Amino acid sequence: MTEDVVMKTRGYTLFYGGFKALNDITMDIPVNSITAIIGPSGCGKSSLIRSFNRMNDLIVDSRVEGTILVDDEDIYSKDVVELRKKVGMVFQRPNPFPKSIFDNVAYGPRIHGTRDRSKLAAIVEKSLRDSALWDEVKDDLDKSALSLSGGQQQRLCIARALAVEPEVILMDEPASALDPVATLKIEELMEKLKRKYTIVVVTHNMQQAARVSDYTAFLLTDVDRAGNLIEFGRTSEIFTKPVDKRTEDYISGRFG
Amino acid sequence: MQRRKRQFDTAMKYSLLFAALASMLIVLMIGVFTFREALPAFRHIGLEKLLTEPVWRPGQEQYGILAMIAGSGLVTLGSVILGVPLALGCAIFLSEIARPRVRAVVKPCIELLAGIPSVVYGLFGMVVIVPIVRQIEVPGNTGFGLLSASIVLAIMILPTITSVSDHAIRSVPKEYREGSLAMGATKWETVSRVVIPSARSGIISAVVLGLGRALGETIAMIMVIGNSVIIPAAASSNPLTIFLSRARTLTGNIAVEINYATGLHQSALFATGVILFLLIMIVNSSARYLMSRGGMRKSG
Amino acid sequence: MKLRTVKQHMAFSAMWVACGLTLAILLVVIGYVMIKGFALINLDFFLTSPRGGLSGEGGIASTIIATVYLVITTLVFATPLGVGAGIFLVEYADSISSRFVKKLVASARFGVETLAGVPSIIFGLFGYALFVTALHFGFSILSAALAGTCLVIPVIIRTTEEALKAVPMSYREASLAIGAGKWETVWKVVLPSAVRGISTGIVLSAGRIVSETAIFYVTLGGSYRTPTSLMSSGRTMALHVYYLAMETRAFDKALATAAVLVVLIILLNLVINTVSRWLSR
Repeated sequence: MTEDVVMKTRGYTLFYGGFKALNDITMDIPVNSITAIIGPSGCGKSSLIRSFNRMNDLIVDSRVEGTILVDDEDIYSKDVVELRKKVGMVFQRPNPFPKSIFDNVAYGPRIHGTRDRSKLAAIVEKSLRDSALWDEVKDDLDKSALSLSGGQQQRLCIARALAVEPEVILMDEPASALDPVATLKIEELMEKLKRKYTIVVVTHNMQQAARVSDYTAFLLTDVDRAGNLIEFGRTSEIFTKPVDKRTEDYISGRFG
Repeated sequence: MQRRKRQFDTAMKYSLLFAALASMLIVLMIGVFTFREALPAFRHIGLEKLLTEPVWRPGQEQYGILAMIAGSGLVTLGSVILGVPLALGCAIFLSEIARPRVRAVVKPCIELLAGIPSVVYGLFGMVVIVPIVRQIEVPGNTGFGLLSASIVLAIMILPTITSVSDHAIRSVPKEYREGSLAMGATKWETVSRVVIPSARSGIISAVVLGLGRALGETIAMIMVIGNSVIIPAAASSNPLTIFLSRARTLTGNIAVEINYATGLHQSALFATGVILFLLIMIVNSSARYLMSRGGMRKSG
Repeated sequence: MKLRTVKQHMAFSAMWVACGLTLAILLVVIGYVMIKGFALINLDFFLTSPRGGLSGEGGIASTIIATVYLVITTLVFATPLGVGAGIFLVEYADSISSRFVKKLVASARFGVETLAGVPSIIFGLFGYALFVTALHFGFSILSAALAGTCLVIPVIIRTTEEALKAVPMSYREASLAIGAGKWETVWKVVLPSAVRGISTGIVLSAGRIVSETAIFYVTLGGSYRTPTSLMSSGRTMALHVYYLAMETRAFDKALATAAVLVVLIILLNLVINTVSRWLSR
């Protein structure tokens, strides 16, 4: 791979107490691309994506070996607040705050120090445009975010993440709680966003991975139930001529 | 056999229904009885006079409970001012900051605080807090009065407010916290800007519930508040000295006099009870309303 | 960036202080009462009864007996009613089809919630009007227990409801599937699984009666003699603390009695915590 790399994991191993959740993950995430993480449930997909912005820190007793680098900086040596500003996240279930649409998007800029109302308004508009939500909500910015539909809520969460101008956006099964139409919109949005951002997406839906991603990482649990990276490469190659037999089995649905 | 079983089942069902209705019956009976006993007072003194007359002198047939309303109101206010910040601090600490192991120790301690009999708090107030308050040099200050009572009451309502707020804060969905933290918010920013606003109605209802407890407290109040039927007033130019004034609560008025009161005097005490009951019903149902509204907002 | 961390430190320190202060208060209240109180406690204190008098002579024997007597009498009234109500609300209420009975159930629920919020002096006032005067039970264990029943019924109902809700639905289905009647299922399958939860409610209620003073101040009379029947007047330990402090001003004896009371409450709390921890396992 010759592309620019924005995030690297190096021998990354994650423990929850005595349980090893991820084992020795080493991979490079290329910039301005969509990387899909796939694998059967319980293989550590979510644990892995939540490692990039250190959300696993929230779990008591979690412990890591190896490291993850973002822009060649060890994420454990830098301030977690700065890291999360740079590496945004969208969750499985849309989780807008019980605030107005405006306040949701302005939340990040506000905590990072933007006070000026007109500046905030500009950021909110730009983020909502980028997340393809602006036309639907521009007249209702003061309405509660909870009054939006599920798909709109998820795009609002994407707008909220965009508002702090991250480099990377992590998406943990962003469409799994949505209907097909809303899912399609999210996928189109991802396609558009990758021009400016790097996207890592966890999905249990292989068609989705094949449709939207440029690169695919396939994870599988070993005998100790720890997630291992079986194969990483261009999506086109993984899905047509996988190197590993287990990848082929999983992709062709013969897994089990 | 089968039929007898069914008959027995039906009989059991209706006797259990009766048990379930007992609470409602008790509430009804309390309402009817206290109101019936209070009726002569309402009729002969009149509700308006009862509520606005500042003098309570049973010997001279003067029955105004304004002083007691002021006493209950001020002591409740004092306890809320002192107790709420402490209780909310505890609740936030328990739900957001404390490690599980610390929580497992602190939580039962706060519950224990709720279990200590009010007479013990009253006694503690008399022998420890009153002498300390007495040190404040203001003419007429005996230590017994609103300040001592507010301190005692603040301690007593603290566990209620803490556990209800703790519960409200913990029921804020984990996703809100994650969403905020993932934006690069610090833990405190997450707590103060997302978690607490989301738990707002639960927290307000916790405070209102505490208010209800404060209004209803009897024994500890009698022991430290001085029980003088006066409308509390500042002793000097400093308006805060109003809290050094002695006072009497609505609850105290009933407890202190009921056992020897007869005739209109007794009826006026029942009227005090009716007013207290209504007051607390209003407070509690507004707490319930707030709580249910909070629940709806969360699920919608 | 630094400022934000500083703010967080300050805020969290404030919470630490709030919690520390609360624990300190607990420690001071309990510590003070125990230390001052235990200085006066000896075996005699438990074995002799108060003799009245201006300095509160004597011990607390008769008040212990009155407390136990009152707790047992109250629980005899309150337990069947409270547990029965809890069973109805969990096991039967949802299967009611009659509109009228449904309304009754709703009003029963409202009654429980209201009762739980009524201040104890109102129960005292009610008990005084109905049991002490109207029904001529006088100042007695009976009057006090009936008034006390109003106080603890909501506690027993709520804990019973929680305990029953925790019993898996499959237990009921299994029993009904083999042809057991509704009551048989409740009695032989559901209740045995919920008995520990229900018993915490009963212990909790005992604690309430031990702690309560206002209700009994106006219904129990306050005689320091050992009660001999349901119609005897009496004075619980809590009430004794009140009389010692307010009427005889015998603060040392009051503190000693309060210390016994606090130890009792801590013990009851331990029982409840142990049982509920046992339950959640």
